[in-house]
Amino acid sequence: MEPIKQHEGLIYPLDRSNVDTDQIIPKQFLKRIERQGFGQFLFYNWRFNDDGSLREDFSLNDPMYKEATVLVGGENFGCGSSREHAPWAIQDYGFKVVIATSFADIFYNNCFKNGILPIVLPRHEVNDLLNQAKEEKVMIGVDLVNQLVKSDHGLVSAFDIQPYHKDMLLNGWDEISVTLNYAEAIDQYETEKAK
Amino acid sequence: MGRPKTIVEKIWDQHVIHKEEGKPELIYIDLHLVHEVTSPQAFEGLRMKKRKVRRPDRTFATMDHNVPTRHRHIIKDQISKKQMDTLEQNCEEFGIPLADINHPDQGIVHIIGPQLGLTQPGKTIVCGDSHTSTHGAFGALAFGIGTSEVEHVLATQSLWQATPKTLQVKVDGELGTGVTAKDLILAIIAKFGVRFGTGYVVEYTGEAIRKLSMEERMTICNMSIEAGARAGLISPDDTTVEYLRGKRHAPKDEEFEAAAEEWKSLATDPGAEYDAHVEINASKVEPQVTWGTNPSQCVPVGAKTPDPSVLDDAQEQDSIQRALDYMGLEANQEIQSIPIEHVFIGSCTNSRISDLRKAAEIVKGGKVHKDVTAIVVPGSHSVKQQAEAEGLDTIFLTAGFEWRDAGCSMCLAMNDDIVPPGERCASTSNRNFEGRQGNGARTHLVSPEMAAAAAIEGTFVDVRKFGATVGG
Ligand code: SF4
Repeated sequence: MEPIKQHEGLIYPLDRSNVDTDQIIPKQFLKRIERQGFGQFLFYNWRFNDDGSLREDFSLNDPMYKEATVLVGGENFGCGSSREHAPWAIQDYGFKVVIATSFADIFYNNCFKNGILPIVLPRHEVNDLLNQAKEEKVMIGVDLVNQLVKSDHGLVSAFDIQPYHKDMLLNGWDEISVTLNYAEAIDQYETEKAK
Repeated sequence: MGRPKTIVEKIWDQHVIHKEEGKPELIYIDLHLVHEVTSPQAFEGLRMKKRKVRRPDRTFATMDHNVPTRHRHIIKDQISKKQMDTLEQNCEEFGIPLADINHPDQGIVHIIGPQLGLTQPGKTIVCGDSHTSTHGAFGALAFGIGTSEVEHVLATQSLWQATPKTLQVKVDGELGTGVTAKDLILAIIAKFGVRFGTGYVVEYTGEAIRKLSMEERMTICNMSIEAGARAGLISPDDTTVEYLRGKRHAPKDEEFEAAAEEWKSLATDPGAEYDAHVEINASKVEPQVTWGTNPSQCVPVGAKTPDPSVLDDAQEQDSIQRALDYMGLEANQEIQSIPIEHVFIGSCTNSRISDLRKAAEIVKGGKVHKDVTAIVVPGSHSVKQQAEAEGLDTIFLTAGFEWRDAGCSMCLAMNDDIVPPGERCASTSNRNFEGRQGNGARTHLVSPEMAAAAAIEGTFVDVRKFGATVGG
């Protein structure tokens, strides 16, 4: 996994609450057995008409957001199905950071395993970002080391992240390798409690 | 005796392998359930790093999400077939027991775990599927994980997890006639919202919960994730013990009695404290119908759709309007005036034998409305056999329902059981998200009884009145 320390990128505002993982990546794309290549199907039913043409009424199709790498959403982002295909699609499409007022648990966890930084900010700050980014291009800088975001419209905000999650992203850890350092403790647990 | 503890604390303490200040804890996983959709990339990851499955004997796989529910011997969808074949190869390569599409134990992963007695009180259970919360009905700590975590559990039989916070949902009173566990959990989510459980493990307590059968408890715990909670559970009691007696993977004879005592001792101690608490009275709950695109957008069957124009909050207005538009509904529309085209009785929420019995009770003697296509998809092969032994298939078939083979089917429409764009389905499943049952499909979540009644009427109808006039 690629580490993240700092990131600067263009915001794409998705002003909807309860965006579920069925929307992020509809089930017809879950049949693939690879990890790559899901970006083309991101928000598929919102982005495309039945005939496969782009839907003009969906903002991600607006050329203004073509280079976006920071997705700003509303409340309860990523709820529903546990499918990791959702963060795979978001990452593969080119997003590195997702900012929202709150996240669903499984999605939030899945982000860290895939080098995506999920950031929770207070509602008024998220609303400001959404409103500005709907009008014009807004760049935002994210500094994971110091846990700060700064937009070019003057928002400066600190965010919380658990130290374990932070280390994972900063180092681009393979979590299984980390755990295998505890193999002895697992062996011992099995001998004592879980034969 | 020390401080009174919740069941969650007790299970947690028994499973910690390693802990350090300020870090998540490494906990042991007793049972890992696997299905075809969320596992291929995990096995691939193991192969790339030349890792083995640590405990194939604590892992159990089945095929459910993709499987066709008719004409099973010929799988037309080649991509689905590839995913099933991949699971088969992976299970063989890594030595994992598999109930494949032709196996007598095949079924929806959350139906077969309990049925085989693999699901037991006090266990930590995970699966790459958000409705793993279902197994919590037994007093197990069961939760959904992503594919990276599936790989992690395969390799290490453990997971890094923060100590859970607990939320008590206390349900006093008693459910009225014709009001089901499904209505109760929908009413809970409607009342407290799709986020109230986020970050918590929910424990359902109270008189109304104690009176529920195991199968009803599974319906409740199943939908915990729809309230944002990764896990929901119910303390084990005699109902739990009796359900497990004689199950294939449950302990036998004296060992069973010893296990039963241990299971019951896991129940939350009187006076134990939770991090948060909500209450609802079961006697006030009515049969529910969702009108929108998340499970909290739900009202009693006698009510109307909401009117966004009376709300102050612009975001709230917008999300209600968006849901009404998607669902093809107006504000202030009577729920009972909404015509439907499809009925789906199935899914890990409501496809156990008791669900099918109750639906059949309503259907008996009636005919499916001429404008409705109705299917029944039993949750597992053995539920199907049991139903056939009881003659339920004949009741459904005579009424004009289709009688299918076991799988997830129209719950998420990954196989060819799909609701066409713009059409409306009364469904006993758990998610009414946009496109869940097919692109543009409109889903209304209901109980099996309500779905059965709607199939016959062609519109939603209060099953309490229906029961009195038809068949009964
Ligand atoms: S029945 Fe539906 S909710 Fe249950 S496991 Fe299958 S797809 Fe998921």
